[in-house]
Amino acid sequence: MNDAPFLPAIHRVIDQVGTVILGKRSQVRLAIACLLARGHLLIEDVPGVGKTTLAHAIAKSLGLDFHRIQFTSDLLPNDILGVSVFDMNAQTFAFHPGPIFAQLILADEINRATPKTQSALLEAMEEHQVTIEGATRRLPEPFFVIATQNPSHQIGTFDLPESQLDRFLMRIRLGYPDAEAERALLAGAERRTMIDDLPACMDVAGLVSLQTRVRSVFVADALIDYVQALLAHTRRAADLANGLSPRAGLALLNGARAWALIDGRNHVEPEDVQAILPSVAGHRLHGQALGGAVPGQELAERLLAEVAVP
Amino acid sequence: MIAATASPQVPWLREALWCAVIVPLVAAPLLADAPHALLVLGSALAFWRAFVIGRRSIGARQHDAVLPVSLHSNWMLLASLAVVLAPHAWRLPPWLTLLVGLLVGWRIAVMRRRLQPPPRALLVAMVSAASAGIFLQYGTLFGREPGVALLSVMIALKLLELKSRRDATVLAFLAYFLVITNFLYSQTLPTALLMLVAVVMVTATMIGFHQRQPAFRQTTALAAQLLAQSIPLMVVLFVFFPRLPGPLWGLPRDGGQGVTGLSDSMSPGSLSQLSASADVAFRVEFVGPVPRTADLYWRGPVFWEFDGRIWSPGGAPPGQAAAPVVRAISEPIAYTVTLEPHFERWLLALDMPSALPPEARATSDFALLANAPVRTRVRYEGRAALDYRANENETEANLRRALQLPAGLNPRSLALAAGLRDAGLEPQQVIERLLARFRNEPFFYTTNPPLLGSEHTVDQFLFESRRGFCEHYASAFTFLMRAAGVPARVVTGYQGGVVNPVGNYLVVRQAEAHAWSEVWLSGRGWVRVDPTAAVSPLRVESGIAASIAIDDPLPMLVRGSLPMLSRAGFAMDAIANAWNQWVLSYNTQRQQQLLRNLGIDADDWKVLSVMLLAGAAAATLLATLLALRGVIPGRRDPSVAAWERLCGKLARAGLVRLPSEGPTAYARRVADVRPDLAEPVRQIADAYVRLRYQPPDPQRPAAALAGDLRRRVRQLKI
Repeated sequence: MNDAPFLPAIHRVIDQVGTVILGKRSQVRLAIACLLARGHLLIEDVPGVGKTTLAHAIAKSLGLDFHRIQFTSDLLPNDILGVSVFDMNAQTFAFHPGPIFAQLILADEINRATPKTQSALLEAMEEHQVTIEGATRRLPEPFFVIATQNPSHQIGTFDLPESQLDRFLMRIRLGYPDAEAERALLAGAERRTMIDDLPACMDVAGLVSLQTRVRSVFVADALIDYVQALLAHTRRAADLANGLSPRAGLALLNGARAWALIDGRNHVEPEDVQAILPSVAGHRLHGQALGGAVPGQELAERLLAEVAVP
Repeated sequence: MIAATASPQVPWLREALWCAVIVPLVAAPLLADAPHALLVLGSALAFWRAFVIGRRSIGARQHDAVLPVSLHSNWMLLASLAVVLAPHAWRLPPWLTLLVGLLVGWRIAVMRRRLQPPPRALLVAMVSAASAGIFLQYGTLFGREPGVALLSVMIALKLLELKSRRDATVLAFLAYFLVITNFLYSQTLPTALLMLVAVVMVTATMIGFHQRQPAFRQTTALAAQLLAQSIPLMVVLFVFFPRLPGPLWGLPRDGGQGVTGLSDSMSPGSLSQLSASADVAFRVEFVGPVPRTADLYWRGPVFWEFDGRIWSPGGAPPGQAAAPVVRAISEPIAYTVTLEPHFERWLLALDMPSALPPEARATSDFALLANAPVRTRVRYEGRAALDYRANENETEANLRRALQLPAGLNPRSLALAAGLRDAGLEPQQVIERLLARFRNEPFFYTTNPPLLGSEHTVDQFLFESRRGFCEHYASAFTFLMRAAGVPARVVTGYQGGVVNPVGNYLVVRQAEAHAWSEVWLSGRGWVRVDPTAAVSPLRVESGIAASIAIDDPLPMLVRGSLPMLSRAGFAMDAIANAWNQWVLSYNTQRQQQLLRNLGIDADDWKVLSVMLLAGAAAATLLATLLALRGVIPGRRDPSVAAWERLCGKLARAGLVRLPSEGPTAYARRVADVRPDLAEPVRQIADAYVRLRYQPPDPQRPAAALAGDLRRRVRQLKI
C-alpha cells in the first residue's frame, strides 16, 4: 500500500484514544472510520459515559483545530455561525466568525437546542459552508461534526428530525463500561488532564491524504450486489416504516471503505459492510410494529441476518 | 336468577340449574321434529351460558398452549368454518347439527378461557361415538350424506384438539375441502358466491397463521388479491380441464330424491300436486318470436293404457317400433331447451316435433327420449311444426291400443259414449259434443279437486264432483272418446310458460304441468284436443296464474301478482339462467366443440389430460425460469461454484455457513472449531476473496486463480 506512513498513524490514534476511553475499542474505531469517510458522527447515550471525552480525545490525537459548542435551548444560530459587528475605527462591518469555523466541531447535547439552531448546523454539515448575512463563507477543510445527544426521552430535548439524522454518517452508542474498564477508569488519572497531555499522532495533511485514499478503495461488483440486496431488503420488509435511501447506500459503501482501509486492505469485503451497518443504518431505520418501537440497532442486526451474502 | 343468588360458591350447581333450563329448550324441538333453526337457537343459548357467564378462567400459560396461532386467526378459522358448515347445518340430521354446534361452542369457550379443552380420552370417545352414530343413522359411512356428516363432526372435534400450528393448517385445508362438498348439493350462483367468500376467508386465515399480529383487512385484501391473480389459471382450467361425462359420484341413491316433475304415469291428483311447485322445469330460447301461449304445448310422456284410475304408457306391441311420421304444414319453429335434471329419460319438446335433436330418439307416439336419465342440466335444440299431420297412416296395432278400455268400469260414461256413437255422429262431431258438454255444464277448473273413489273415477268426476284439474279432464275425455270408438290417448307435458323480458327466454315451471288428449282421425292423423281449454279457456290462453281461483294454492312466483316481486324474480332467473348456460352446462360436448373450433382435435379426456399436463408443465417451467432469473445469475461464476462446494463440504462436517456469513468470517469460525482445517480453509477463503472482491491483478489472471481455487477445494479432505 502506497500510503504506508499514515496507516500506522491511524492505528496509533485509535490506540491513544483507547487509553482515554477504556474498553470501547470498536466504537473508537467506528468513530475514526466515520471521520475517514468524511462523515459526521452522532454519539448517543445517557450523560456521563464519555461522549464528550471521546470527541475531545479524537480531536487532540488527530491534531485538529477544535471547537466545542454546548447546545442549550437558548442558543441562537448566530451564536454558532458568527456575527458582523460595526468597527468604529475602520467604519465598516467586520465579521466575527463563530465557533463553527474549526476543523472539528463538538456539538454537545445537540438535541437540547431548538430546531432553528439545529438547522443552522445542518447547512454547515452538508455544504461545508455557511451563509451569514447574504455572504457565503467556506468552512475549513477537513470539517467534521461530532455531535452528542441524550436519548430523546429525556426531559428538555428536541428530537432531531429524520432529515437531520440522515446527515450523520454513523450513530454510535457508548454504553456503560464493563467492570474491568470501569475499575481502571476509577483508579486511573483524571481524564481532562490526560486529554490535555495527549500528543497529536498525525497532521491534517496526513488525514486528508487518508480521506482521499478511502475514496479509491476498490469495490467489486459482488460487493455492490450485496449492498443492493441489503437496501432492497429494507424497502421490501413489512416491519420497516421506510427503506434505506440511496444516500444511506453511499454511506454504507464509504463507511465500509474506511473500515477496510483501517484494516489495511485496499478492497472491501462483506464483513466490512457488516461491521459498520448497525452504526450506519441504525438511526435511519424505524420499525412500524404496533406495540413498542424496536430499536434501530436491532432492526439493522436483523437485516444483516436476513440478507445472504451473494 | 335464583341460582346465582342462592349459591354463588357452587358453580356446578348453577351449571346444573342452567342445564335444566337449556336442555328442554334444545330437546323440545328435537322431539317435536321442529325446524333446525329452533335447535340452533337452543344451542346458541347453551354456548352463551358456557362462555359468557362462566367464571372460571384458565391460566395464561395453559391458555397459550391451546392457542398455537393468534387469537385473531382462531376467530378467522372459526368464521370460515362457520361459512362452509352453515349450508350443511340444514342438511345434517338434527342431532349432528346440535353436536357440531356444541363442539364449536366448546372451542369458543376454550378460546375465551372459560373452559379447558377436553382430555384426550374424551376426544377419542367422542370420535368413536360420533362415527357409530353416523353409521346407525345412514347404515354406511360412505356416500355423500354420511361423508359430509363424518367430515363435519371430525372438523368440530379437531377444533378441540387444536394444539399446534399444524393442526390449524389441517383445519384450514379441511375447510377448503368442505367448500367442495357444498357443491355436491347445490351448484347455483348463490352457493358459488358464498363459497367464494369462504375461500377468501380460509385463505386469509392461512395468511394470518404466519403473522404475529394479523389484521383482518390486510389478510383479507391479500387473500382476495391472491385469488384474483389465480383467475387466469382458473379460466384455463375451467375451459380445458377434461370434463367427465356424467357426475363423478354417480351413486344411484343420490339420484332424484325429492325432485318434482312429471312421472311415468298419471292418476287423479298427480298433476295438481305439481301446481304447488314453483321449480323451473326448463327454459326455452326461440330463434324467432315466441309463439302464442295457446300454442305452447310441451310434449312429454304419452299414455295409452288405463286401468280405471291410472294412465300408463303400456308396453308397445311387439314389432311396432315404427318411426313416427310428421308432415309439417306450417314453417317449423326452431328453439333451444335447457332442461333441468328430472332423473327420467324424456325430453320436453314443443308440439309437434318435426326434427330430432341428435342426442335423442323419438318413440312411435312422438315423445322424445334421451339415451339415459337426465341427471344433469341438458341443452338441446328442437324444431316444431305448429300445424302438422302426425302419423296419418297409423298401424292397426296402435289404433287397437288406443281403443282399449278397462272392463266393467264407469258404466254411466260408457252409456254416454255409446249414445253418441249410436247417433251416427262423425268423430269430429263427437269431439265437439263432448267439449260443449264440458263448456256448458257446471264444470270447474281447480288445483284443489275433491278426492275421487277408487272404482268408477270417471263416472264420479263426470256426473258428481265436476271439479278437476287438467288430468281429470284429459282422462275423462280420452275415456269417452275411446268408448265412442275414436282412438285416443293422453299426452302429458307442460302448457304455456312465462317470457322473461330480462333474458328474453321462456321459463316453464312445474306448476305449468298439463295433460291433454290426442285423437286419431282418419285422414288427419293424431289431432290434439285439450278439454281443459273448453272448461277454462284462460288456462290455455293466458297461463295457469290467470285461470286458478285466487284462494286456490299456487306459488307466489307463479302467480306473479306483485309486479315488483315478479320483476326481481325475472332478473334473478335471468342471472340463474346465464350461470346455467355459461358455467354449469359447459359439458363434454361443448368442450369438444370449443376445442375443435380452436383447432384442437381432442376426442377423449385422456388426450386432453395429456395436453393439459404438458401445458401445465411448460407453464410451470416458464414461470420458474422467470422467477429465478433474478436469483440465479445468468453466467455462473466458477469461483462462486467452487466456494459453494467448499461450504457444502464443511456443512456435511457440521459447519454450516450462515447465509449472511462472509468468506473471511466463515474461515475464521471454521478455524476456531477445527484448527486442523484452519490453514487450507483460510487459503481458499483468501483466494475466493481475491477473485471476488479484490481488483483484478494483471500479474495473476482470474482464470488461473479460479483454477487454483477449484483445485484447492477439490483437494480439501475433511
